[in-house]
Amino acid sequence: MRKLIVKALKKPFTAVVFALIVGFILGAVALAVGGYDPVRAYNYLFTGVFSSTNRMMQVLVDAVPIIFTGLAVAFAGKTGLFNIGADGQFILGQITGAVIGYYVPMPPVLHPVFILLCAFTIGGVYAGLASWLKNRFGIHEVISTIMLNWIAYYFMIFIVNMKSVKVPGSQHSPEILSSAKINFFSREFRSTEEGMSFVDKYPLLKPFVQTDAGYAIILMIGVSVLLWVILKYTRLGYELRAVGYNRFAAEFAAMPVKRNAILSMFISGGVSATGGALLVMSTSYYITMLGASEGYGWDGIAVALIAGNHPIGCIFAGLLYAGLKFGGLEIQSRMRAPTEIIKIMIGVLVLFIALAPALPRLAERLDRKE
Amino acid sequence: MKQDPIESDVSAREPYAVEMTGISKSFGKLKALDKVDLRIRKGSIHALLGENGAGKSTLMKILYGLYTKDEGEIKVRGESVDIRNPKQAIKNGIGMVHQHFMLVQNMTIAENIVLGSELTKSLGRLDHARMNASISEFGKQYGLEVKPEDLIMDVSVATQQRVEILKALFRGVDILILDEPTAVLTPQEIDSLIVTMRRLVEDGKTIILITHKLKEIMASSDYCTVIRRGQLIDTVRVSDVTEKELASMMVGREVKLTTEKKKATPGETVLEIKGLTVKDNRGIPQVRNLSLHVRRGEILAIAGVDGNGQTELIEAVTGLRKAESGEILVNGVDIANGQPIDSHKAGIRTIHEDRQKRGLVLDFEVGENLILESYKDHRFTGRLNCISWKKVNEYACGQIDKFDIRPADCAEQPVKELSGGNQQKVIIARTVEQEPALLLACQPTRGLDVGAIEFVRNALVEQRDSGRAVLLISFELDEVLDIADRINVIFNGSIVADLDPEETNEQAIGLLMAGGGQ
Repeated sequence: MRKLIVKALKKPFTAVVFALIVGFILGAVALAVGGYDPVRAYNYLFTGVFSSTNRMMQVLVDAVPIIFTGLAVAFAGKTGLFNIGADGQFILGQITGAVIGYYVPMPPVLHPVFILLCAFTIGGVYAGLASWLKNRFGIHEVISTIMLNWIAYYFMIFIVNMKSVKVPGSQHSPEILSSAKINFFSREFRSTEEGMSFVDKYPLLKPFVQTDAGYAIILMIGVSVLLWVILKYTRLGYELRAVGYNRFAAEFAAMPVKRNAILSMFISGGVSATGGALLVMSTSYYITMLGASEGYGWDGIAVALIAGNHPIGCIFAGLLYAGLKFGGLEIQSRMRAPTEIIKIMIGVLVLFIALAPALPRLAERLDRKE
Repeated sequence: MKQDPIESDVSAREPYAVEMTGISKSFGKLKALDKVDLRIRKGSIHALLGENGAGKSTLMKILYGLYTKDEGEIKVRGESVDIRNPKQAIKNGIGMVHQHFMLVQNMTIAENIVLGSELTKSLGRLDHARMNASISEFGKQYGLEVKPEDLIMDVSVATQQRVEILKALFRGVDILILDEPTAVLTPQEIDSLIVTMRRLVEDGKTIILITHKLKEIMASSDYCTVIRRGQLIDTVRVSDVTEKELASMMVGREVKLTTEKKKATPGETVLEIKGLTVKDNRGIPQVRNLSLHVRRGEILAIAGVDGNGQTELIEAVTGLRKAESGEILVNGVDIANGQPIDSHKAGIRTIHEDRQKRGLVLDFEVGENLILESYKDHRFTGRLNCISWKKVNEYACGQIDKFDIRPADCAEQPVKELSGGNQQKVIIARTVEQEPALLLACQPTRGLDVGAIEFVRNALVEQRDSGRAVLLISFELDEVLDIADRINVIFNGSIVADLDPEETNEQAIGLLMAGGGQ
């Protein structure tokens, strides 16, 4: 029995499953201590996510931005850099989406493409700046990107607060033009006669019509695969990983370490900002005064952690994270549990999943002791 | 098996300091130790000899309570004991000094030694004056003099080792296990360590020495137990055997302790260094107006004690450090003050002294490490101008076979799982394959066992024979004398002598290394 457990723990996948189980058990303890029946709570959690295709699609839609920030953190992480500034880069992406989406009229397909290119570049340069500061002055990227987060945060508030931007009587910028929106079906379509009969005719497409699902999902999968291919198969990816694991050996093997550090952060920041622009183009349509405090970048750190910095893993980690958050809301509304309890539960789960990579080593120790 | 000589040396009434019987230990499928017996005579220096991974450290970690044994019995001073952790080991009078020291860098020597049993004044304030005085006195008693008030981070490695030994003695230990104690020391420091060990033994302590260096065993030990692949091979009186016999016992086959080579036929000059001065991080010149040259088809060895400018010289040649003045000409092109890429382009390839920091990406697979400097090569290019891992693995399998890297199916295994000797083979396979104009080998056999050393030295001679220039930087005099075609002695950042190995000897070079030539 013990041997079996040790063997199972050594495999990364079973380690994650094991961590999930332990996480759920401890999450249950947290719920019970708070005075809430964990069995009922988990029941709501699961039905909250899986009881309808619409709900599942909503989780996928919710997952897209944090998968992007997760990818950003993971990519930088693979190359030995800790991009804590994914949040700031994400915010710049949101600003880019909202501003160009409203002020620069363009034809439909071109408009989102142009926004994405701008967002990627702006986010990339912003993150690359942190790498440049490190190369030039030796300032650690963790410090500089945290500072840059605050600059982005207040910049967003500044932009929204501008007289020419803020919609009178509201706390947000004007809604972007419909040419910049990238949902499969527009929101208006849902409530039209035509839309309702369309859903009746094609029930399988219902979740595509009745949620904010859009091309962002396809782009998310594409970017994940692309980043994975870059890391695994290209020379650049090989160099970046070498620098990430051991920059001294990479330097000695005559790889351009400093240039790669900037490039890595550029890509990372670009990916994060893309996520921000996509959120504006598919869900929020504008930026708000308080929108900056939603912390997509921080969720991305958790996602990258769970995924062990693997780009494809980020998709699943993001879905898990978004699912927990979405299902958590269900517990909250059904059982009147305070947000804090839900957050503790999610926190415990994430903590244990984050510990999963350590489990194989733990198993080794267990094996050795016996 | 022959009769254990210790049995006949020890009188019946005197108990063994340590007696381990039938010790077995497995890690998963790997049998690390298989029914090993070990008897240690009180008041002796007993060497444990074996290749890397033979099981000698495992055996001692069991004695020190870091591992638990699968089966077997341990007696200390004739009494059966069950040691489950280092605390119990120390209670039983057993101490261990690890290869990697466990000292608090920003505390003083005295504070490190007394850690856990500090002397205090009223209100629990530390009594530094009394602690320093007692440590100073304590050190003198064993001939291990230290300055108690120095910070660990400011003192040399050799001093740190003394502190580790004192730490063990301070806790009342009388059986001392030293794990590869000389790996980090210079020749002089090794001599001084051996003197210390002798003195401790005269004082009634018992020392178990884990090592794979034959010379030190011959110079220091009374008995030697040889372990190979987890099996006890034999225990011998050191005075009864030769170095060569010990080597064959350890490796399990005949080993040549000297490298066979033809006379060198040097060609034109490949590397010429003229008046090079290099400063270290503190701005102190470590290489001072140094000049040397290496020709095709010869091995030039730079002999010298660690810290005489070798590190800065290597860094300047490989593009990691700026030169204050002077030229580094490779085939006539000056690469001083360049980047690593310039050194590479000039045809220099380096076996770095710190293979885990500079030579390998430990988390990379063996295949990935083998292409670390040639990943841009079209040989490894597949579809869409990407790296074809299939081609890399095929290449890696070929190299693994050619250079006898073990295990034989390690192409897709992280290089960190390989032994030190095999890691070095990976570096050599990679370096040699690129047919460098100049091969810079820095301490290429550091920490390797006899079998691997033989391999590395032969590889260097092969490189020379195929017409490359080889620059060897080594702190080990016998290595220098073994394979060099020409010896330059470095002292205080300058070359103080250019010698023909045929016309010199260890004593003469040793004197020059210590600055005696000036």
